[in-house]
Amino acid sequence: MIAIVNYGLGNIGSIQNMLKKVGYSDCILASTREELERADKIILPGVGAFDAGMQKIEQSGLLDTLNKIALVDKKPLLGICLGMQLLTKGSEEGKLPGLGWIDAFTNRFQFNNEKAGLKVPHMGWNEITISKQHALVADIPLPARFYFVHSYYVKCTHQEDELMSCHYGIDFSCAVQHENIMGVQFHAEKSHKFGMQLLKNFASA
Amino acid sequence: MLTTRVMPCLLYYNRGLCKTVKFKNPSYVGDPVNAIKIYNEKEVDELIFLDITATAENREPDYKIIRSIATECFMPLCYGGGITSVEQVKKIFEIGVEKVSFNHAAIHHPSLITDVAKDFGSQAVIASIDVKKNIWGKYEVYQKRGTKTTGQHPVAFAKKMEDMGAGEILLTSIDREGTWEGYDNELILRITESVSIPVIVNGGAGNLAHLEQAVKVGNASGLALGSMVVYQKKGMGVLINFPLRTELEKILK
Repeated sequence: MIAIVNYGLGNIGSIQNMLKKVGYSDCILASTREELERADKIILPGVGAFDAGMQKIEQSGLLDTLNKIALVDKKPLLGICLGMQLLTKGSEEGKLPGLGWIDAFTNRFQFNNEKAGLKVPHMGWNEITISKQHALVADIPLPARFYFVHSYYVKCTHQEDELMSCHYGIDFSCAVQHENIMGVQFHAEKSHKFGMQLLKNFASA
Repeated sequence: MLTTRVMPCLLYYNRGLCKTVKFKNPSYVGDPVNAIKIYNEKEVDELIFLDITATAENREPDYKIIRSIATECFMPLCYGGGITSVEQVKKIFEIGVEKVSFNHAAIHHPSLITDVAKDFGSQAVIASIDVKKNIWGKYEVYQKRGTKTTGQHPVAFAKKMEDMGAGEILLTSIDREGTWEGYDNELILRITESVSIPVIVNGGAGNLAHLEQAVKVGNASGLALGSMVVYQKKGMGVLINFPLRTELEKILK
């Protein structure tokens, strides 16, 4: 069973819709420790501001359980969008420390040259490059494009934690993986066959 | 790199999809869920779904129809029509919608835009602006499905929307809507020069050259398509369709 962490942030409906579409109806919206404990895999969604996300996790009372699941039980866990940024140690957007499960930091896109026409947020479909082989990125049709909406990007301390990269003014890690912890910056749940394959990989791996 | 987003703009009317011409004479063009399944297969970039009578009929968004399309929509989805509160927005997002569009509320209760942006982020908020030339040829923002002017100039209004927290603008030319005659690039350029948020343009697209011009001349960030994606050709029968990705890439890159 897959549990989508329901801590009050994120388009949980869309993730559930796509999991159903790819054949995984055994998925719940988890708002209690018991529900999280019962799951084999966890999805951490999220949209909005970094500190708001960390606060909501704290308020939900699920932080200890999530830490245990991620670091002790080592269940597969996928962060999506802000959910991926929360996996890092912190963000330029906020003051609170992140979950710190990935040795990385979240930085703001900064483009000095207005003429480049690069708006922040980075919004729309962009092509990605797969940085290393992993079950999560298997069989994704290439060239693959995903739907992004974000103003901050993740920078890994260790290059080997980068799963996919993307270019928007700079190269950045748009998917990360370290042991059982995975994260994608884009909205896989809204990225057609590319996102479907990725979520299918997560669900079936 | 990012390419310009191209998206169907679907109008929900009388429990079906319709297409209007200059906001008048709605003609039935099919079942919404069926159309969305086809747009899924066509891998469209995004989708806009507007309930065009919710406000006039003074009713809440139709969550049942929103749910039935959201569960079939595997690309970003924007809903607009009849939203009057943050609670309604929350309900819509929980169903699986990413963005909401405000038209009536943008004019009469713009603080709702600020409130929604605060709770869900600007990227989730679209200000929809309907523009028509008045009898002296001056652009004005219209309300109530194009039947009444607000007396406001679209540039000032678009800037206000950006200040209030809107993350995008959906700019519709009432004079061009449903005409197949091309976007109003003069209007588009005036707006894109005045705001820094993305502008999705709507009204008039009839062929690929129109799309290209709206981007090259008007600097549009997103292109909404109406007639082109629900009819075979101008004056011909209904056909849910979408330009080929290879064709779009040629003109938009």
